[in-house]
Amino acid sequence: MSTPKLSWPGRIEDGRRVLKYVDALSEAVALEMARDKNVFLFGLDVDDHKAIQGSTRGLLNRFGPERVFTTPLSEDAMTGVAIGAAMAGMRPIHVHIRMDFLMLCMNQLVNIAAKARYMYGGQIKVPLVVRTIIGKSWGQGAQHSQGLHSMFMHVPGLKVCAPSNAHDAKGALIAAIRDDNPVVFVEHRLLYSTEAFVTEAPYVVAPGRARVCRFGRDVTIVGVSNMVVEALRAADLLKEAGVAAEVIDPIWLAPLDSDTIVESVRRTRKLVIVDNGWSMCGAGAEIAARVAESCAGEGPLQIQRLGFAPTPCPPSPPLEAAFYPNPATIAAAAYKLARPDAPAWVPDAAKAELAYQLQFKGPF
Amino acid sequence: MPAKAKSAPKKADASLRLYRSLRRIRRVEEEIARLYPSDKIKSPVHLSIGQEGIAVGVCDALEKRDAVSGTYRGHATYLAKGGSLNAMMAELYGKDTGCARGKGGSMHLIDMSAKVLGTSAVVGTTVPVAVGYALAQKRLKTGAVVACFLGDGATEEGCFAESLNFAALHKLPVVFVCENNGFAIHEPLSKRWATDRLCARVATYGIPAKRFADSDTVAIRRHVEKVLPKMRKGGGPIFIECLTWRWREHVGPGEDYDAGFRSKAMLAKWQKKDPVAKAAKALSAKQRVAVDAEIEAEIAAAIAFAEASPFPASEELGTDVYA
Repeated sequence: MSTPKLSWPGRIEDGRRVLKYVDALSEAVALEMARDKNVFLFGLDVDDHKAIQGSTRGLLNRFGPERVFTTPLSEDAMTGVAIGAAMAGMRPIHVHIRMDFLMLCMNQLVNIAAKARYMYGGQIKVPLVVRTIIGKSWGQGAQHSQGLHSMFMHVPGLKVCAPSNAHDAKGALIAAIRDDNPVVFVEHRLLYSTEAFVTEAPYVVAPGRARVCRFGRDVTIVGVSNMVVEALRAADLLKEAGVAAEVIDPIWLAPLDSDTIVESVRRTRKLVIVDNGWSMCGAGAEIAARVAESCAGEGPLQIQRLGFAPTPCPPSPPLEAAFYPNPATIAAAAYKLARPDAPAWVPDAAKAELAYQLQFKGPF
Repeated sequence: MPAKAKSAPKKADASLRLYRSLRRIRRVEEEIARLYPSDKIKSPVHLSIGQEGIAVGVCDALEKRDAVSGTYRGHATYLAKGGSLNAMMAELYGKDTGCARGKGGSMHLIDMSAKVLGTSAVVGTTVPVAVGYALAQKRLKTGAVVACFLGDGATEEGCFAESLNFAALHKLPVVFVCENNGFAIHEPLSKRWATDRLCARVATYGIPAKRFADSDTVAIRRHVEKVLPKMRKGGGPIFIECLTWRWREHVGPGEDYDAGFRSKAMLAKWQKKDPVAKAAKALSAKQRVAVDAEIEAEIAAAIAFAEASPFPASEELGTDVYA
């Protein structure tokens, strides 16, 4: 019996396949659905012509309406349904087109999914993936743009993943589907069109392993979700100013590989954390605390957090631009730590354009 | 793999079985209430005393492969479906041999070997979980159904309406069982419901709904048994509303009639419909004595088991956070 083709063509560069983040997501799900008949995907609009901005495209045709289906606008109960199906041995993937909608799922995720394994004495498990997308840009506004991953990092029993590139998106989503625990899988809308080398065969990007994206001796920059892309742009700008930044992508926020970050900061003694969320009680606060606890008493240590401005997200372009960290603000903050005695430095505005803006054009 | 259909029980067997189950649950909870002041039980208890007929009536109509989803007032559901008494008692004591290894307590009973799904302390929360379990039964073609118990308070939660709609839309095998005891903690229906036409509300989802004003064990059993064959073949969910009375206080072993929010006259009215006493009438005195003796021995053994069992080792704090 021939296997139906499950991979996406992408394009070939230097003899290797380059794939978009959005296609890496659907390829990961297709491979896992073909491998395990208990995997199913559901959520509002997963089966319509827009296919969750393309990320579920092709799945309905391949796997049919019993395994790929929409839901009523009932995020609370649908999360419970996913949990119940998972307890019965299935492996649901519940999709939300915006992370803001997860606030409607909090009771089920926090009170049942996260605790079921423990409070039921190990009698059941909840292998559930909650796919969710952070929106940004072109006027998404206060309720279509929130990065709320830290709320889920707070709760024992949940895993949280926020891949920043197509390669990790595929491997981490496969890992999440195979995981026996509930995983909140955080995607970013503006990463969807970004490309990376992605092999066709299934592979896993395992929980709890960070990636050093770039090596540098002067300052460590940790990015979260799409802020990894901005941090890499900032590292390019810093290079021109003679500063070598090490850029780390945690990939998984829970479990969090703080060892890789601590090892880097032990060398640089300087850490900038760029979150795709608010700083207050955020992922950056946790990373900063762990680094401080690990490196205390070993010598001078400087830490700077960057994140959303402490406001709701406004849609007006100049206000929105001021709301987010960007390569220029990241580079300036890192420079200040790396060169404390030098005059303040701001990168060239034209060169500091946001990475995704080179590709992204509105409207949504 | 469809299980073999249960052969129709003889009437006498059924009477004995129902009495045994009802009496056993009643006596277990009376013993819990007796032990409670000793502080050996380390878990708040929400007793089902007076309400047992609903759980017993529904569960007696179910097969082994069918699941039940109960509430935090769930001792009756757990025991009626065949959950281990020893494991339940040990759980109340916080022991390692408890059904949740001392990590759940009375409000989080579970016994997957008897298809008793875990219960929750957050009202209504388990309703969609039960529906999801039923979705899996349909997809996996097990032929099993899920009896989803909920209180009158749960019907006010948004996820209740969401769950009814989804279960009806997908024709899922769910028996929704509302144990309507008239109070959410201490608040009566009159302060919470604009109308008491719950079955009419549910029926608008296309779910057949029936009210049992007296919650007669045999009548409930007969109704559920009758609808199950069609439900197993994809007929979709049903709903029953069972009016009942919580004899004791919301939480704890005592009564609450001195608080003034409900009357002892109502208790007396409902005690005339006591499901245990009613079931006893179907048996001879000799039969009752024999069954009662067995039950007392079993309960004494369960208490001894709980008391003799070890507490979990302190290292157990960190296990089973993740699978």
